[in-house]
Amino acid sequence: MTPRRKRMLVIGLLVVGMGLATALILQAFNENLMYFYSPTDVQAGKAPEARDFRIGGLVVVGSVQRATDKLAVEFTLSDLKQEVVVRYEGILPDLFREGQGIVANGKLGPDGVFAAREVLAKHDENYMPPEVADALGRPGPDATLTRSTP
Amino acid sequence: MIPEIGLFLCLLALALASVQVLFPTIGLLRGEAAWLAMARPAARAQFGCLLAAFATLVHAFLVNDFSLVYVAQNSNTALPWPFRVSAVWGAHEGSLLLWVLILAGWTYAVTLRDRALPSDIAAVVTAVLGLVSICFLLFMLFTSNPFARGMPAPPDGADLNPLLQDFGLIVHPPMLYMGYVGFAVPFAFAIAALVRGRLTPGWARWARPWALTAWLFLTIGIALGSWWAYYELGWGGWWFWDPVENASFMPWLLGTALIHSLAVTDKRGAFKSWTVLLAIGAFSLSLLGTFLVRSGVLTSVHAFATDPARGVFILGILGLCVGGSLTLYAWRGPSVLAGGSYAPVSRETFLLANSLLLAVATATILLGTVYPLVLDAFGLGKISVGPPYFNLVFGLLMIPLALALGWGQFARWKEESLGRLWLQLRFAAGAALMVGLCIAFAVDGPARATTAVGLALATWIVASTLTGLWARCAGRASPLTALISQPRSFVGQAIAHCGFALTIAGVCLTVALSVDRHERMAPGDSRQLGEYEFRFESLNEYAGPNYQADEARFTIYRNGKLVTELNPQKRFYKVRGMPMTEAGIDPGFTRDLYVSLGEPLEGKTWSVRLHYKAYVRWVWLGAILMATGGLLAATDRRYRQTVSAPAAAGLQAQEP
Repeated sequence: MTPRRKRMLVIGLLVVGMGLATALILQAFNENLMYFYSPTDVQAGKAPEARDFRIGGLVVVGSVQRATDKLAVEFTLSDLKQEVVVRYEGILPDLFREGQGIVANGKLGPDGVFAAREVLAKHDENYMPPEVADALGRPGPDATLTRSTP
Repeated sequence: MIPEIGLFLCLLALALASVQVLFPTIGLLRGEAAWLAMARPAARAQFGCLLAAFATLVHAFLVNDFSLVYVAQNSNTALPWPFRVSAVWGAHEGSLLLWVLILAGWTYAVTLRDRALPSDIAAVVTAVLGLVSICFLLFMLFTSNPFARGMPAPPDGADLNPLLQDFGLIVHPPMLYMGYVGFAVPFAFAIAALVRGRLTPGWARWARPWALTAWLFLTIGIALGSWWAYYELGWGGWWFWDPVENASFMPWLLGTALIHSLAVTDKRGAFKSWTVLLAIGAFSLSLLGTFLVRSGVLTSVHAFATDPARGVFILGILGLCVGGSLTLYAWRGPSVLAGGSYAPVSRETFLLANSLLLAVATATILLGTVYPLVLDAFGLGKISVGPPYFNLVFGLLMIPLALALGWGQFARWKEESLGRLWLQLRFAAGAALMVGLCIAFAVDGPARATTAVGLALATWIVASTLTGLWARCAGRASPLTALISQPRSFVGQAIAHCGFALTIAGVCLTVALSVDRHERMAPGDSRQLGEYEFRFESLNEYAGPNYQADEARFTIYRNGKLVTELNPQKRFYKVRGMPMTEAGIDPGFTRDLYVSLGEPLEGKTWSVRLHYKAYVRWVWLGAILMATGGLLAATDRRYRQTVSAPAAAGLQAQEP
């Protein structure tokens, strides 16, 4: 092969390799995107069924129910228009409280209950996750999220 | 009075930074050396001013001067004094002052060493650093003045965020900033080279120790952040692919590419333009990190500010820096990858692969970090990118990187034969394969494949490094003397690569072997995790200086023998009314035992998190090794000698 041919071959291989890598990366990216939905969206059937997504809202006062033998907990999340029941098993973040804004990651079950894998709350008394603030239609202060995963 | 002096000193620093930019510019335009010479004293005086200004802010915190809004918001009379000092950089305004102080410190260091540089290059370097300093001083003074007074002064302060009342905060931000800001120096070198149109190997030799030093600080900063998150957030995670972590990780990745590319430019004169581009990229990503963290577009522990004006201001600085330097690059930079010639199989090729893989890895993280923010900014929906994306893509990219690393550190410059490489490295390859197969049989569960591959790669890196050392020393009359007399940069490279291998191994092992359980426990209960029995002995009250706590006493037994006693706390910080989890950790070389309290359920029953964390320390030990390697390489003899006369003359001769 002439050096010129050789160089063309190397460049060609590079382009094919990069193209393949880009396609795979974008595929992985697309599969791991999580969209945010409000309880109203969920009740309107906009949320996906087989896929993880994030939900946010206020924890309805008096709705938190704990199991007596396990760490299972159920609570209702509201955006002041609609409500969704969230089920979680594990330790809730330090600042999880009734009446406060939280975000949860997980899947919607066939029974309409959101099974959370992760619950996020904030290290501030007056916190409102920005997504929740938007969902509620008013601005909230920005801040720190603490996590809780089982 | 003292805070006003601090503010005045900041204004003075701004004036001096302007001198530092204007005088060399005029000097270059008019070709007068006397104007160039003003840059150095101005830069040094600027550092003095900012150091004194910083001291006044520290003083305000120590004497509890709550008439300063910033002190009132972030300190309290009950806060222990070491935290009052670290509270100076515990929030936005003060950390910005630390940022500009560190920039001035780097500039000062450059002026101490710049006699080796041609005077015009030294002047441009100082001027570029001055320009960055002006941007950030203006940003601080206009949008986030730490010396602002509040009327009336509150009787006591609102206290420092309890998450930040910790040793980790004392050291993590300064180290991280040393790294972030340190990339301003190679950036300034790159701009100076573009402005003066001289891209010679001598350029790379000057920039190398600076890039290495910045990189090693960033390595320590990121590792400290990871360690801090692990013990302070109370749930045992050490890396979350959180946007803020990504913001510090991206300049690190490009910085890693930069130090390797600089080596090629220094030794072989190749990759010149690519190196310049990496220097611009690493600093631009540092600025992007500052923007992401400071503008309030992110929700995280680091996002202090919500003021949109701040975000717009930093975006402006970012645009100016990236836009300006890339335009300059397009105008002056010769075609990428030009320079010394090399064969398809050579050390250059492996290092090019390293650069490209690291750049692609940076791009994938950038995509996952910025895309959701852009969508949100344009009102196109709220999304987040899950950790599986980062784990998968980043993990896959590390495989060819680790393979190329093994070959690359062994291959000869210019031309190498595959046959020789294979002959020399067949034992390393064999060892890697053996370890991989053993792990594949020993480990069960979903992480089997990744662990086997990861450990095989780690073995491959260590074995090829040792083979390299062996090849250099074994043939000598006295191998031991030969080993000791190896240049520091070579030893540093070997140590850093072993550190990288250790981190890979740690990450894989801790993911595969750790056990994490959430339990419901009352005093008297016990749980079995593998070989370890966790006993909840008792629950007590504990009073700290500015918090109340419930403290649990756990004893941990292994085969009936007491291993350790842990005292995790659930603290309640009185001033901010904020609960905090303080984990109980028994660290070890091969495992950590980790207990943290969740929440009280009923009576004395608590939800409790029990962890057996296998090999988690290796992740950070690897980072320490990498930083040590960087330190050795940065202090190599060849950088300490001033640039030899012929090299300097060669630079002068290439004046366009």
